[in-house]
Amino acid sequence: MEHFGRIFEAAPVTLEVTATCFTVGALLGVVLVSGRRSRSWVVRSVSRVVIDVLRGIPPIVFLFIVFFGIGSGAITLSPFQAAVIGLGLISAAHLAEIYRGSLLAVNRGQFEASQALGLGRTTTYVRVIGPQAMRVAIPGMVTWAISLLKDSAIVSTIGVAEIMLVANQDARASGSSLTPFIIAALIYIALGTPLAFLSRYLERTLSLKR
Amino acid sequence: MHTWIFEDWSGWLPRLLDGLLVSLQVTGLSLALGFSLGMVFALLSSSRSRLVRWPSVLLVEVGRGMPALVMLQLVYFGLPSASITLDTFPASVLALTLTTAAYTSEIIRAGLRAVPAGELEAADALGLSKADATRFVVIPQGLRIALPALMGFAILIFQISALAFSLGLPELLSQAYSIGAATFRYFDILLLAGLLYLAITIPASWLVGRLERRLARHL
Repeated sequence: MEHFGRIFEAAPVTLEVTATCFTVGALLGVVLVSGRRSRSWVVRSVSRVVIDVLRGIPPIVFLFIVFFGIGSGAITLSPFQAAVIGLGLISAAHLAEIYRGSLLAVNRGQFEASQALGLGRTTTYVRVIGPQAMRVAIPGMVTWAISLLKDSAIVSTIGVAEIMLVANQDARASGSSLTPFIIAALIYIALGTPLAFLSRYLERTLSLKR
Repeated sequence: MHTWIFEDWSGWLPRLLDGLLVSLQVTGLSLALGFSLGMVFALLSSSRSRLVRWPSVLLVEVGRGMPALVMLQLVYFGLPSASITLDTFPASVLALTLTTAAYTSEIIRAGLRAVPAGELEAADALGLSKADATRFVVIPQGLRIALPALMGFAILIFQISALAFSLGLPELLSQAYSIGAATFRYFDILLLAGLLYLAITIPASWLVGRLERRLARHL
């Protein structure tokens, strides 16, 4: 029981890492998807390479590059800062792909209608296409949040005191090492399951076909 | 002084390639075992008997709900207190096999469900038994539908294999990290390791995308 208390106390840190990285990713993802749909092919190609690299590299490797590679040189990063930069950028790339898919799901006629009304490119995206694409993107975004919640366990390797790190310490300190990991697993499941239901619910309510 | 970077890289590369080989071995073994186990779970989770279906669904949800890192550490650091002690390599393979099985069983189940009902009716009309219909009609078509998603997952498991670093398995990331610790050139060596991962994942996801478009033509 004392295992549970100690590990559970670390849950807010896991949630904080997840929420911060998700927010950073959701905002930067908009920048990346705008680049991906830019009229200049240079901007398009650069965005595409950035997205592919961030999605192709294992998150823990990228996290290490940020923390040990960059954060131990000229600039010093705290484990939390490195975690937010590392997982935030990876989230941005994944969310950019989710946004891109949802933009493609918006009917072409909406673009033509906006053009016929004389709306500018920015107005078209912000007022017409964006809101409709959001509807399609939201369930996917929640699914990404679930993955991120689980991926956030890797920030224990650079010393952020979240669920996994505390479970690990607990396993080393106490004789029984199985219990702390089972507790950690149960906490992750307990945190992720409501999100999974939310994703399924949103998918049903936001879908246009009914 | 910084020596010419590529000279260092060529000195480090053999060790990194050894690591990459271990990463690929763990990935390959876990995928082969995990896909098979995933198939079993997919069939059990589609069973009509509640007594069979529910435990299977529960196990799959637990496997999917916990981070792969927790699974790895549970198997390697946790099981010894239940007097099962595994070396780093078998422990990594076992943990990643279980994770693979949990995820792929859901992918396969979705594929099996996507097989048109008419196919089953036709099998029934031809007098095929339930088992034969599953074996010869549903599974081949269902797997084909699931194939792109399964291959996408294979790339993900290759990325996840880097987490075996935390058990001390001498795979690509561990090799890079220990070179970094010895030379303090973390940035260069980790970047090189990252490039090696990308050299596999980017062409692989390009191939999966192509396969997906190809298969979609005939559906």
